[in-house]
Amino acid sequence: MIRGVKGSLLAAVSLALVGCAATGKETASASDKPATAEKPVKFNKDPYPSTYRPYGGRPTAVRGVTIFDGEGGRIDNGVVLFAGGKVEAVGGADTAIPTGYDVIDGTGKFVTPGVIDIHSHLGDYPSPSVDAHSDGNEATSPTTPEVWSEHSVWPQDPGFSRALANGGVTSLQILPGSANLMGGRSITLKNVPSRTVQGMKFPGAPYGLKMACGENPKRVYGGKGRMPSTRMGNFAVNRATWQKAAAYKKKMDDGKAVDRDLAMETLAGVLSGEILLHNHCYRADEMALVIDMSKEFGYKVSTFHHAVESYKIADILAKEGICSAMWADWWGFKMEAYDSVNENIPMVYKAGACTIVHSDDANQIQRLNQEAAKARAAGRRMGIDVSDEVAWTWLSLNPAKALGIGDRTGSLKPGKMADVVLWNGNPFSAYTRPEKVWIDGALMFDANDPKRRPVSDFELGQPGEGDVK
Amino acid sequence: MKNLLNAISHLRSSRAKSRDAKAGADVSRLRSTRTGLGGALVAALALAVPAAGQDIAITNAKLVIGDGSAPIDGGTVVVRGGKVVAAGAGVAVPAGIERVDAGGRWVTPGIVAAFSRVGLVEVDAVGGTNDRNAPRTRFSAGLDIAPALNPMGSPVAVNRAAGVTRAIVAPGGSSNLFAGQGAVVDLADDMDMVTKPRALQFVAFGEDGSAKAGGSRAATFLLFREQLLAARSYARNPASLAEWGNDAMIQRADADALVQVINGVTPLFVRVDRAADIINVLKLRQEFPALKLVLVGVTEGWMVARELAAAKVPVLVSPLTDLPSSFEQLGATQSNAGRLKAAGVDVSVGVFDDDDAHKMGYATQYAGNLVGLTRVPGASGMTWDQAFASISSAPARAVGMEGSIGSLRPGRVGDVVVWDNDPLELGSRPTAIWIDGKAQSLTTRQDRLRDRYATPSEGALPKAYDR
Repeated sequence: MIRGVKGSLLAAVSLALVGCAATGKETASASDKPATAEKPVKFNKDPYPSTYRPYGGRPTAVRGVTIFDGEGGRIDNGVVLFAGGKVEAVGGADTAIPTGYDVIDGTGKFVTPGVIDIHSHLGDYPSPSVDAHSDGNEATSPTTPEVWSEHSVWPQDPGFSRALANGGVTSLQILPGSANLMGGRSITLKNVPSRTVQGMKFPGAPYGLKMACGENPKRVYGGKGRMPSTRMGNFAVNRATWQKAAAYKKKMDDGKAVDRDLAMETLAGVLSGEILLHNHCYRADEMALVIDMSKEFGYKVSTFHHAVESYKIADILAKEGICSAMWADWWGFKMEAYDSVNENIPMVYKAGACTIVHSDDANQIQRLNQEAAKARAAGRRMGIDVSDEVAWTWLSLNPAKALGIGDRTGSLKPGKMADVVLWNGNPFSAYTRPEKVWIDGALMFDANDPKRRPVSDFELGQPGEGDVK
Repeated sequence: MKNLLNAISHLRSSRAKSRDAKAGADVSRLRSTRTGLGGALVAALALAVPAAGQDIAITNAKLVIGDGSAPIDGGTVVVRGGKVVAAGAGVAVPAGIERVDAGGRWVTPGIVAAFSRVGLVEVDAVGGTNDRNAPRTRFSAGLDIAPALNPMGSPVAVNRAAGVTRAIVAPGGSSNLFAGQGAVVDLADDMDMVTKPRALQFVAFGEDGSAKAGGSRAATFLLFREQLLAARSYARNPASLAEWGNDAMIQRADADALVQVINGVTPLFVRVDRAADIINVLKLRQEFPALKLVLVGVTEGWMVARELAAAKVPVLVSPLTDLPSSFEQLGATQSNAGRLKAAGVDVSVGVFDDDDAHKMGYATQYAGNLVGLTRVPGASGMTWDQAFASISSAPARAVGMEGSIGSLRPGRVGDVVVWDNDPLELGSRPTAIWIDGKAQSLTTRQDRLRDRYATPSEGALPKAYDR
């Protein structure tokens, strides 16, 4: 049934395991004087650890709802139970509701896993978008794998609350921008307000590396009279950098001490599979070249982002087990976005390749469900019939897997995080909005309760504070 | 507008919508490519488009007039000589006229894009194809976008296929305060795009205006006033402009255009967002009482809704703007449109602060969201009928053309769309479109690409042979 999911499943699962295994551990490197048997050099791999904690909630049962479980399953007139921050049960009308549970009658409403946006710049390009907040591109060198997007995230960005209340977004990846070939590390966040970015960090999520193909790096650096100024320059710089990273990693693996190099450390993490590669790339021919480059140096591309031309090589992407994170219909803003088609998302799905709907935008992150609905409708018109419940995998489980957190969230399976949205109608309708959003079982938004509507420090005391937005 | 600017400076989305990015544009090569494609398209269209200007009756429709009235089941619309002659229930179909049975589907007037750049841009970041802005011209208010429009551009076909049949097109900006004169256009697949040239003058106040005027809002208001006074002097004594020589505030062509603004012949579209700025813009009529103001953006309009209603000034809003993207949009909320409507303001819904050249089809989605807001506690939205009118008759009225476009009332142009579903619902698409009574192609370049790659793997020959 879930043809679109299958292709990426194995790859994503193995990546997730690697990610889990690596998280929070230290990397060891033997001394360069093995004869003295000094203790190996240790670099802390998690120097800014997550302090996120679930905010607690009451045991809750939502009944009478239509459920899309996020894995392609659907239950009409169903029941969802969660307690202790975890999904306990998802079933039909006959599912027993234990005593002591808050019971919500969801007749006519829908329940889904929370939306996961794999491509966001909230916090590093926040609102208001003044120069002082422009923290998403370290556009001073074409390769900056040493920068970490979490060090740019402003937790007071009002955009987080909009994504929560209007979009039902419960987790999101914050990426560096695309000015650079290697833009830096990404971070995956739980969409909860916090004083600190550490308080938002998804516990145990693997890091990502943002790379960018095509027009942006060559324009930014070509415009400065520097390399790269062409696509072949893009590849030359990338290959030279990967070569250096491979040598660095070999030294580490051979137990020869190396001076700590933050840039090489990130790239070595990609080569060893513990850091996931997220590659901004529009054109089909360029994606094919990137795939070869990844094989040349022995890394794996988790996801092509934007991927406007994935439909042209959907068969190759399916074979390689690479996800495409796409818009429904953005096009024409630059040359490499000229060949967009409204059917890109369903065509990738039909080929059996991993399909993800992403935003890259503080506005569209508020209605990724609507973008998926448009894509699904376009697919139907060309004979690709995708049910509502299967289309929801594009919004939750597929991005979760591509982020290496698919074993913990992204679907309503017992034991997984209770990241849950109650919609006031079918979420593929323009007339529908989130009514309640729970993250790890904690009620973080309630359309019926103005006190469950986050107001960032920036908005406090300003016009429209606490408004419906 | 703002988001576009931000995207450029940040490469945030790598959407690099650099309007001014000329680097690397090999325009001549692009054009030669498109000529070949254009030939194929023209051939396809020639087959698809029946004889121009047929008289037709569309029957058995769920008929939307577009004036805010409720849909009519079993409705009929009759178009003759390119104009609507009758629409409603129980309309008699004249003998001998071509009949199209809508099969109970939704039939509406074409969408009117309330504020756009359709026809001015092919690819934003390819400078030679982007006529949105003229940052290095000596002229300002006198600029007229009509000769810059390209009816054969692919955005025209893509927007048309989404149900947009008319658009209010405004220039982006000049080197001076006034951006120039926009037009009302049709999106038909013919060479004549202009419905009404010089249909509006555009100017930005607020932060954008300050940047043009010299750095402050005070400079904006003074420059605005001085340029209008210069134009008025010129109107009384055309020789005065020559006498000023190099000290002239404006060029002759700019003065000609501004005289029409002062006299209220040309509506003045003003981009303004901050509540206090809105009030001050409304006050411009104290000195220039004939100004026909139309406010664009109006993000904090709900905070001064009473004043806007009393001023009887129409507004064009991008209704899903809800982020404090700048300090002049701190009060942004999606309830803005609904609150303004409830206060009695004439509200049109547009797609700007977004992609204003390629995605006019978002108008239906945005209008649908306004309907959705009526179901959110504490929020304000619009009824379905109001929401549809906000993307058809309301923008027509804002630009002073309610008598000729934007609804299916008798006498309006024969712009009719048959939809496969509720037009404000996600993913609904037109199945047939007439503009001025002429059937239109719904096939786009994007459709051709889709069909070529419906099976991505190559067959016996490369994809280049699949047409």
